[in-house]
Amino acid sequence: MISQADLVAAVLWLGVTIYAVFGGADFGAGLWDLLAGDAQRGEQPRDLIDASIGPVWEANHTWLIFDLVILWSAFPLAFASLMSTLYIPLTLAAFGIILRGAGFAFRKYTRRLAARRAFGATFALSSVITPFFLGAALGGIASGRVPAGNAAGDPWTSWINPTSLLVGVLAVAAGAHVAAVFLVAAARRRHDVELERYFRTRALAMGIVAGGLALAGIAVLHGDAPALSSGLTGRALPLVIASVLLGSASLVLLARGAGRGIRVVAAGAVTAIVWGWGVAQLPAILPGSLTIDAAAAPAGTLDALIVISAVAAVTIGPSLALLFFLDGRSRLEARH
Amino acid sequence: MFFALDPLPPANLLAARDQMAVTLGFHIILACLGVAFPTILLIANWRAIRHDDADALRLARRWTRIIAVTFAVGAVSGTILSFEMGLLWPGLMGRFGAAYGIPFAIEGIFFFLEAIFIAIYIYGWDRLSPWLHFLSGIPIAVAGFGGTFSVVTANAWMNQPAGFTLGADGQVTDVQPLGVIFNNATWYEAGHMFLAAYMVTGFLLASTYAVGRLRGRMDRYTRLGFLIPFTVAAIATPLQIGMGDIAARAVFTDQPAKFAAMELVQTTGPNQPVVLGGILVNGEVVGGLKIPGLDSLLAGFNTNTVIQGLDSVPIADQPPVDIVHLAWDTMLSAGFALLALAAWFGLTWLRRRELPTSRWFYRFAAAAGVVAVVALEAGWIVTEVGRQPWVVYGLLRTTDAVTRAPGTLVSFVVVLFVYVGLGTATLLVLRAMSRQGGDETARGDDPYGPSQ
Repeated sequence: MISQADLVAAVLWLGVTIYAVFGGADFGAGLWDLLAGDAQRGEQPRDLIDASIGPVWEANHTWLIFDLVILWSAFPLAFASLMSTLYIPLTLAAFGIILRGAGFAFRKYTRRLAARRAFGATFALSSVITPFFLGAALGGIASGRVPAGNAAGDPWTSWINPTSLLVGVLAVAAGAHVAAVFLVAAARRRHDVELERYFRTRALAMGIVAGGLALAGIAVLHGDAPALSSGLTGRALPLVIASVLLGSASLVLLARGAGRGIRVVAAGAVTAIVWGWGVAQLPAILPGSLTIDAAAAPAGTLDALIVISAVAAVTIGPSLALLFFLDGRSRLEARH
Repeated sequence: MFFALDPLPPANLLAARDQMAVTLGFHIILACLGVAFPTILLIANWRAIRHDDADALRLARRWTRIIAVTFAVGAVSGTILSFEMGLLWPGLMGRFGAAYGIPFAIEGIFFFLEAIFIAIYIYGWDRLSPWLHFLSGIPIAVAGFGGTFSVVTANAWMNQPAGFTLGADGQVTDVQPLGVIFNNATWYEAGHMFLAAYMVTGFLLASTYAVGRLRGRMDRYTRLGFLIPFTVAAIATPLQIGMGDIAARAVFTDQPAKFAAMELVQTTGPNQPVVLGGILVNGEVVGGLKIPGLDSLLAGFNTNTVIQGLDSVPIADQPPVDIVHLAWDTMLSAGFALLALAAWFGLTWLRRRELPTSRWFYRFAAAAGVVAVVALEAGWIVTEVGRQPWVVYGLLRTTDAVTRAPGTLVSFVVVLFVYVGLGTATLLVLRAMSRQGGDETARGDDPYGPSQ
């Protein structure tokens, strides 16, 4: 029997998934920007990165806000507890978010090379630290280190621990992998063979890194977060297997030089692991201390959030589709 | 379990409040730009297409570039506020998130639509047909309106909490979402904020072109760049004074302690004066100009109107009186100064269908942007500081809402540095952009043609 609280939790998880895929890819693009070399060598890839995330990053970023408002309205205790215990990584992530966005926008509208460099470095560096700290915070939740209460958990060990480190690094790597895959597709749309090869190599390499981290993660979670580990190898096993298969498929497709399907497959691998985690820790929202039902707001709030989510689906859905459609089409036109 | 509060680490409350003040005080300016700038831009865009006006087109293109920057900074500085809800105020969110959170969830939709259509509009310049492009901007203005309404609803709820039942343990047990949204203060707070956004944006934008005119740029482009935003602000200003009057009378009814602090009313009674300036020293008003009976007259249309004084509010429930009062006076002075400037402009326009020619008009207009921002911040201080010591009026003290985690002071200091840097960088980038010349984009200069 699915309760209202479960339904809202599913909506929240959907929002988290979309942010993990698209927001994660925008951060990943920042990593490639960081590694693109000096101004001359990096000009081409940076131009592609700029054109690819420029029109969509704000919309993608908005999923994070969506997730936060659903979380604090539907599960206020969980929100208050995790934000106040994990305030150090989350404050650092917040700084990363503001510096990433501002740096990116400033670089776009600045012409002086030195200033462009400074803003670009700000954008790129914060693109790496933000997903790490967000991931580290999630690792703290997943491994049961966030008790219910106003700053009731340990401010340090709640995010400096093996699971947090794993999830943090994995978030950076997975985002970078998906970003490179998206950039391969973007280069293909431009018929830019050289850039396509450039990002294909990187997508492959980062895919292997992410896969390796995920494998190592099995051992880490077994030792550090046994409850999560047994959930992942139990109830959530089909999703974990799906993630492994999709991740492998992504690598195979990349290696064979395939085109469109790679984006769906790479995004699918991330989606499967995010849902795998969610299913593994059911029915907990804060494992070890708070279940979804116990944290849930009264029925009136949940009803309102279900209505709001439905309205969001019919308004934001088509609008986003229009944005992505225009974005894809216009780049095609702009280059030819 | 949750509400058994640990002792408050020293300095947490002040540091958390200061951090909130800095980040919100920063964001509120960008939020105003996000709400009102698109409308002003669309006016120029409409003129450009309808009257085939090349100057209006240049303005619309330039303003688009400015919005691209200010919206990006506003989007991320707004996100920081969402984080701070939990980072700084877990006691508020944990206890009242179920009610207080709902308006934010609605605001989330509006903000989402705003972000999407701003992106479509910015990138649509060279790619959509002129009218279709214009139409893609309409949802931005609508979302700005809806977003203001819903986010201010949340603040109004803090002043006039409604739409929920409290259980015996102080936990929210029943929520009526419409009661939360349409609380007592929603209409006057949302209306006041919405007009403030148009005043701030209009005066700020116009002030940059006023400076241009003072420097001798008398061309039509500069004139139009001044005229469009200034007209919008000049229309908003008298409406805002009326709206503010309604809001003040509502605060008189809804939040007597805040009203007493605003007006420096010491002793409950009729025939209360308005005090311009002045502070409280040992319970006595020192300095300031008293206008006998005016406060009672304004609050109840009769000098016999009894106004509750601070003597009726326990010391522990009083807001910091001097700050609230001086902020209130600052907002009023700024508001009436802007009204005078708007009247100067309006009367000249009605008589001669032309802008004022006096250099003094443009000197004042050049200052009007900053003055409008001062009014905005002062008004915000009146609302927020005037609600103290409560975060949810009458129900939850700010002390009980603040985080128990150590290190808030460190966080505040870092925030201060980051925001000083961010503010400086924003201004420098905008200034550099304004010097790059008006019309051209990085790509080309054929406004509605293909981009390459």
